[in-house]
Amino acid sequence: MSPGTSTRIEPGVRRLAAFGGVYSNHLALEAAIADAESRGADAMICLGDLGAFGPHPDKVFPVLEAHGIPVVKGNYDDSIARGLDDCQCGYTDPRDNYYARLSYRYTFDRTSPQNRAWMGELPDALRFRLGDLEVLACHGSPRRTNEFLWESTTPTHFLDKLTRDSGSDVILGTHTGIHWAREWDACAPTKGYPIGASGAPGASRRAFVNVGALGRPANDGRQEVWYALLEAEGRELSVQFVPVAYDHEALASEMRSEELPEEFVETILTGWWTTCLEILPGKERAAGRW
Amino acid sequence: MSKALPITASEPTVAPQPRRSEGPTVELRALDQLWFQVAGTVCNLRCRHCFISCSPENHSHWFMSRDEVAGHLETSIRWGVKEYYFTGGEPFMNRDMMGILGDALALGPVTVLTNATLLPTRTVEGLRRLARTSPYTLELRVSIDGVTAEMNDEIRGAGTFDRALDAVGRLVAVGLLPIITTMQTWADDRNDEVLRSFRSVLAGVGYVRPRLKILPPLRIGAEARRDRPYNGVELVDRDMMTGYPEELLLCSGARLVTASGVWACPILLDYPSARLGDTLDEAATRPAVLAEQACFTCWTHGAICSNLPGFAADPA
Repeated sequence: MSPGTSTRIEPGVRRLAAFGGVYSNHLALEAAIADAESRGADAMICLGDLGAFGPHPDKVFPVLEAHGIPVVKGNYDDSIARGLDDCQCGYTDPRDNYYARLSYRYTFDRTSPQNRAWMGELPDALRFRLGDLEVLACHGSPRRTNEFLWESTTPTHFLDKLTRDSGSDVILGTHTGIHWAREWDACAPTKGYPIGASGAPGASRRAFVNVGALGRPANDGRQEVWYALLEAEGRELSVQFVPVAYDHEALASEMRSEELPEEFVETILTGWWTTCLEILPGKERAAGRW
Repeated sequence: MSKALPITASEPTVAPQPRRSEGPTVELRALDQLWFQVAGTVCNLRCRHCFISCSPENHSHWFMSRDEVAGHLETSIRWGVKEYYFTGGEPFMNRDMMGILGDALALGPVTVLTNATLLPTRTVEGLRRLARTSPYTLELRVSIDGVTAEMNDEIRGAGTFDRALDAVGRLVAVGLLPIITTMQTWADDRNDEVLRSFRSVLAGVGYVRPRLKILPPLRIGAEARRDRPYNGVELVDRDMMTGYPEELLLCSGARLVTASGVWACPILLDYPSARLGDTLDEAATRPAVLAEQACFTCWTHGAICSNLPGFAADPA
């Protein structure tokens, strides 16, 4: 199979559903698509990392194809496509590395050559207009696919630089797996505030949205996964983070059948991350169970 | 705002090693990390492996005042700096430190490199408040150089193991999860054993699944005498940069500001070759020169000073 997904967001889109790391969670992807359709999304986009963590990586591709969803290349997709040794998350903790390698090997071995080749052709970023806003959709950051942009480690003036350098009003990313958003005025880039909060309105408004991940919960003790629903009216942007309930117990069963680590299954069932914790900043780490 | 300690300077206690290479140059790709030599080279300890030989008597670099730091923070906004790091010496010897941290945390994420021997309950409580009120993360990097008092204190001084470990317990108790940093003084084949021991020791003060960072030795300053200096071939030459991802090197994404100028990186504080200007704007537009042997360690291991392999340290 060679997925025939679109490679662009058509002009005129006002309501966009943006999905982050899928991590082979085909059940959550299907549920999120159905949810976005029910909320009247004009278009959908996926910001990469199709494989990892979950079972049966090839199940994700037909779902994306059936809905013509454009996909941006994630670091995992890049690694799998190029046959690299690991996922490029840069772990040094031996425990994190053990699980990351196990997951990577599983995903690599079960991703068809056609799908691997297809992922290699994915764009690093997509640019499009949402309302009157210039949007850049990427996986990590506009400058690097595997750059982590956590809420607690990303200054507003740094985001302002990214929008300036990339010539965009809004940047969409994922990679960390935890959703957050910030808006600011380009003329005062040290003061950020949640989207929709009061600030000086006008042409200089900028925003960053980490759309979250569909592949696993957000380390918040909930079983749902999250995506972002963006709506633009002219240059006014609103962002809603949507929790998606799906049959997580069925996914856990599939994972156990595939003999994936019980630590991964625990995350799906409890909503708390158990592995790959090294990358978490202190603030986000302290908010989780581990 | 309290005043900084009076500015005095004396000769460095350890003369820098001679410059060994003209060295290739590295341009700044982006000013992602701004380091502050906030306590100069003044430290309450005299660690035998310190690469800039900090001690109570080493006044070759002095404390930065809150106003000095604030000026650089203001400049950093224009450069789009991503992370702030505070080092010394011992940062908590700077009497302005809590105010400085508050100023920095208003703008972005902060990491403090500390020996954790000056963190009484009152200070830990202040740090907790700062961390809670900022949207950005406050990271404490605590140096502990061994899994027993005997192993650590031989390097860092009598009683430092217990004092640092107690402070780690206090930090963890208020929800601050320090990154425990240790310089590797053991053979590679003992890594697993040492890490296991670290986890066990830290669990004893309530730190389960601790954040651990192992650093390679930097064979300059006091460490050159404790173990060995670099040998003649441990240099970075132009050929070694052919095809090498420059973003692995800290100087491609960072600068160090001090009370007496701006340097390419925090490791090379004793080396005039690494002083790139009087101001941040000046130093950010000048390339770093990989002239010193310590650059070989960065070339080999990547930007070990960063908390994580980030933009500046990730070859992808």
